[in-house]
Amino acid sequence: MLSDITIGQYFPGKSAVHRLDPRFKIIITAIFIVMLFSADTFAGLAIGLIFMCISYGISKIPGKLIAKSLKPIIPIIVITSILNLFFIGGASVFHIWKINITDEGLRTAAFMVIRIAALIAGSSLLTYTTSPIILTDAVEQLMEPLKKLHFPVHELAMMMTIALRFIPTLIEETDKIMAAQKARGADMDSGGLIHRAKALIPILIPLFISAFRRAEELALAMECRCYKGGEGRTKLKTLKSGGADYAAMSLSLLFLAGVFVTNAVLQ
Amino acid sequence: MEKIITAEHVDFHYSNDYDEEKTEPVQVLKDLSLNIKKGEFLAILGHNGCGKSTIAKHFNAILLPCGGKVYTAGFDTSDEAHLFDIRNHVGMVFQNPDNQLVATIVEEDVAFALENMGVDPAEMRERVDSALKSVGMYEYREHSPHQLSGGQKQRVAIAGIIAMRPDCIVLDEPTAMLDPKGRREVISTIRELNEKYGITIVLITHYMDEAAQADRVVVMDGGRIIMDDVPSEVFSHVEKMKSLGLDVPQVTELMFRLSELGIEGDTHIIDEDGCAEALMDILS
Repeated sequence: MLSDITIGQYFPGKSAVHRLDPRFKIIITAIFIVMLFSADTFAGLAIGLIFMCISYGISKIPGKLIAKSLKPIIPIIVITSILNLFFIGGASVFHIWKINITDEGLRTAAFMVIRIAALIAGSSLLTYTTSPIILTDAVEQLMEPLKKLHFPVHELAMMMTIALRFIPTLIEETDKIMAAQKARGADMDSGGLIHRAKALIPILIPLFISAFRRAEELALAMECRCYKGGEGRTKLKTLKSGGADYAAMSLSLLFLAGVFVTNAVLQ
Repeated sequence: MEKIITAEHVDFHYSNDYDEEKTEPVQVLKDLSLNIKKGEFLAILGHNGCGKSTIAKHFNAILLPCGGKVYTAGFDTSDEAHLFDIRNHVGMVFQNPDNQLVATIVEEDVAFALENMGVDPAEMRERVDSALKSVGMYEYREHSPHQLSGGQKQRVAIAGIIAMRPDCIVLDEPTAMLDPKGRREVISTIRELNEKYGITIVLITHYMDEAAQADRVVVMDGGRIIMDDVPSEVFSHVEKMKSLGLDVPQVTELMFRLSELGIEGDTHIIDEDGCAEALMDILS
């Protein structure tokens, strides 16, 4: 029942986007976000959208995944567009009773909807094309400079790796505990909200206890394998960047420049 | 022969600092002395709570003795300066394979210890590959641990230790959570490591047939060593073993029952072939 949960939303593939250095992918995603938020005109937004469509095209990620990534934020999009629609002043286009829709309102609402949708769809491409483990590695390396400020970069990455490693294990365990409690007559599928929430207690408590026990054993096993924190650690796989990575970043910077040009020209 | 681990008069009790009633701490190990020779395959037997896991944790300085000394590969385990040298020489494999794999990909997990030790990536690659090959898991190097069976996971855990190139591997009931097939895989891997690569093996187990394959068996009870001999000699004391809450291999049990019936059965027999021969002798 719980086993169909996938870790993250990684969509394996061998496209050029998949093969890019994850550090560059993170930076390019950041540039893309800057594109969206610095664009003042629809033309600027269109440039951002074109960039996103090209990336999706190269990555060969099926279009329905874009729709899937947008699904959870539909309420946010609806609320922002309603707020923008009704509360922004300007020349009235449509007027009934107290509701006044202005041209400026329509423009801002459309602008915001496109911006938010593109933001989510575009940054989802990063997680679609990069496995969580590689992403963790990349985050660790990008945050390397923060070590000077005594920010626990390695520890954070280690925690993320272990969390990813134990998700399937704990899901399996939850399944087992649920089966065991059902065998003892626990009723989890009926009753009101409060009743069902209470029914979760006999599942969560054993799960937490076992998670603590696992943590203790894991710490012991790590110590046995000479774990002593991030100092002097080497990596089996080192991230390598090549010409393609620089080319992709240059392309994204070019698009960003395009956005700035449209801002300057069209305003 | 050269000794890899020496325990001298080890006493151990868990601290009661967090016990509000300050009850008398339970003495887990009492004046225990043991020598482990380089290259030998030693099995430690004993019922639950006899202190066998506790002594195993002394071998690579996870626990330090309250009294007495433990020397591993020539280093005193209480000497903190050599902690990582000690752990490098003596690797440890635990019962639950799920709780000792750290990484999400098999080969990265095997590399974990080497990454910690700061081994050069090129050498690391080579050591990871050879470790995976020696436990027969090389084809699975890019799998994630949750796709593997219990026996396979335990072999990956063993590979993670072998990659450190230790002199000795301590295995604390490595087969307790596995099905018969997984048990066979793990035990044959352990034997091969011992015979082919000369790695010292300390195997803590509940299974008598596993202990019967060792060069030497140590039986513990109440924090002390009761018997220390070759398996055929240890298991021949069938009644003593039973009084300690332990079993003997099935063939030894058969011989014991036969001798109880007045038929001449030799309880030094610990393997099936020997048993078959003895039965043939009795019948003819």
